[in-house]
Amino acid sequence: MLKIGVPSKGRLMENTFEWFGSRGVVMRQTGAEREYSGSVEGIAGVELVMLSAGEIPRELAAGRIHLGVTGSDLVRDKLADWEVQVAELAPLGFGYADLIIAVPACWIDVDTVDDLDAAAAAFRATHGFRLRIATKYHRLVREFLTAQGVADYQLVDSQGATEGTVKNLTAEAIADITSSGETLRANHLKILSDSVILQSQAVLFASRSAEWTQARAVLEMLAARLGLTLPQI
Amino acid sequence: MSKAGSQAVTKAAIRAEAERLFAAFQAAGAVAVEADLLLPAETLLDLYGEDIRARAYVTTDPLRGEMMLRPDFTVPVVQAHMADGADPARYCYMGEVFRKQEHLGNRASEYLQVGFEVFDRDAPEAADAEVFALFAGLVSGLGLRAVTGDIGILMAAVRGLDTTERRRAALLRHIWRPKRFRALLDRFAGRAAVPAGRVALLERLAGGAPNELIAAAGAFIGLRAPEDIAERAQALIEDAEAAPIKAPEAALLYDLLGLQAPAEAALGHLRGITPLLPAIAPAVDRFAARLEALRARGVAVDTLAFEASLGRTSMEYYDGFVFSFHADAADMPAVATGGRYDALTAVLGAGRSIPAVGGIIRPHLVAALRGAV
Repeated sequence: MLKIGVPSKGRLMENTFEWFGSRGVVMRQTGAEREYSGSVEGIAGVELVMLSAGEIPRELAAGRIHLGVTGSDLVRDKLADWEVQVAELAPLGFGYADLIIAVPACWIDVDTVDDLDAAAAAFRATHGFRLRIATKYHRLVREFLTAQGVADYQLVDSQGATEGTVKNLTAEAIADITSSGETLRANHLKILSDSVILQSQAVLFASRSAEWTQARAVLEMLAARLGLTLPQI
Repeated sequence: MSKAGSQAVTKAAIRAEAERLFAAFQAAGAVAVEADLLLPAETLLDLYGEDIRARAYVTTDPLRGEMMLRPDFTVPVVQAHMADGADPARYCYMGEVFRKQEHLGNRASEYLQVGFEVFDRDAPEAADAEVFALFAGLVSGLGLRAVTGDIGILMAAVRGLDTTERRRAALLRHIWRPKRFRALLDRFAGRAAVPAGRVALLERLAGGAPNELIAAAGAFIGLRAPEDIAERAQALIEDAEAAPIKAPEAALLYDLLGLQAPAEAALGHLRGITPLLPAIAPAVDRFAARLEALRARGVAVDTLAFEASLGRTSMEYYDGFVFSFHADAADMPAVATGGRYDALTAVLGAGRSIPAVGGIIRPHLVAALRGAV
């Protein structure tokens, strides 16, 4: 049996079902509308596992699912050395979002990461603590800022409504995913021009640590159906 | 032998090596000290910045907040000395440190460290030489390559630059981040074009008083005050008007950043450029005094490697003499490292400071090189 983890709700789930469905692999929710169970038709030996998109990277890394659909941002943030743990089988062409850094629009002196670094130095000198950046993407943001040589900042955890943290005075800036930028504008924030940390989309990943001896044949059949060339797993 | 059995032998061999080093440090006059395993994370984060989260284990205590598994001994040892230590003092320690590894590989995430620190107001160059010679003796016979450096010379060169105070401060702040330092220097020296974004920003800032521009940008939110924003806007305008660092002076600094030579030859080179960069004269004199002290302790300074930029990428807070001992194996971290950290004692000393120099040896690497594991 080949286990495939897919997002358990919302647009991500619908788009995933549509992507597979248009290639002859029909996924559907079974049972009551809100019940997290599903089935796959059109190919034998595939079991659908409905999961939160945020947990799919962990399940792939642990080898408890063979394949999984989730955002490339989540895999890169949650898995150290992600390429060693999972393989990208196909970008799915939806769930596009950019991970960016945004600051208050009223910061007329800050347009770039370089400006942010200078503002952070002055902020720390004035306020006595490091400039706070709210995010849930700790690894990606920290690696980006380290590579850029930014100092005198701190990351504060924000698992939701991150755009509101600046107005609520719990952060000075944010790092979050955005697609249209509308929520940012509504919260009086602007994107730093050179702060695209990652351009993310939904991707079909394969676990490198799952038990493949049994599932290999199913994977090859599935790949043929989906029109994918398989990388070395 | 079972796996557990062979591991016990390995750990025992490492501990025996650690004990040998620890005993040698005590024989050299150091007082043995202990440090907590759980340290308040805030102190370390404020010192090293958010980067240290990638390298240290952070955990949460319900009452004490964020705590960090000891990533090194320097900070607790300095804190203990600044709180109630009489100087001069020599300390040594032995214990586990913890370093999170974010990439698969054979680097240890938990290992013993043995260290030696000197807090002494007199003759810092003699203390530098004392520490280096002690370490060189302890790792001799392992086929290691010693490299030395001196961040104090770089800092003196930056402090002496004929440019604005803001530019000097920006460069000093990024001494330990070579890439950004280089980008700033390129810009201040006029070697890199002003980025298009900055040009556009300056044009916008020229379009009105800061307060009007802030008001026009929409609702005011956040803790950063309008006067902070206006102040930096003004600083940007002034910086755009400041003349670039003159080409000959910039060339000397680039030359200095890349300087790698045997220590004695490096001193000759530095003496040669001192008339052109007079601000480095005291630091070069200190370098000369250190070489003299090293020579007196039998170190061959005519072959000792010197790299002016050594120590700029390490986590530590070195601001003077630095050294490290490396094995040939490319994937092995330095077997021993150390240096001078006078500024750190001021940061942790609540208004007091003392010149300090020290270093650590990683006994698991020494044991591995001796073939004991």
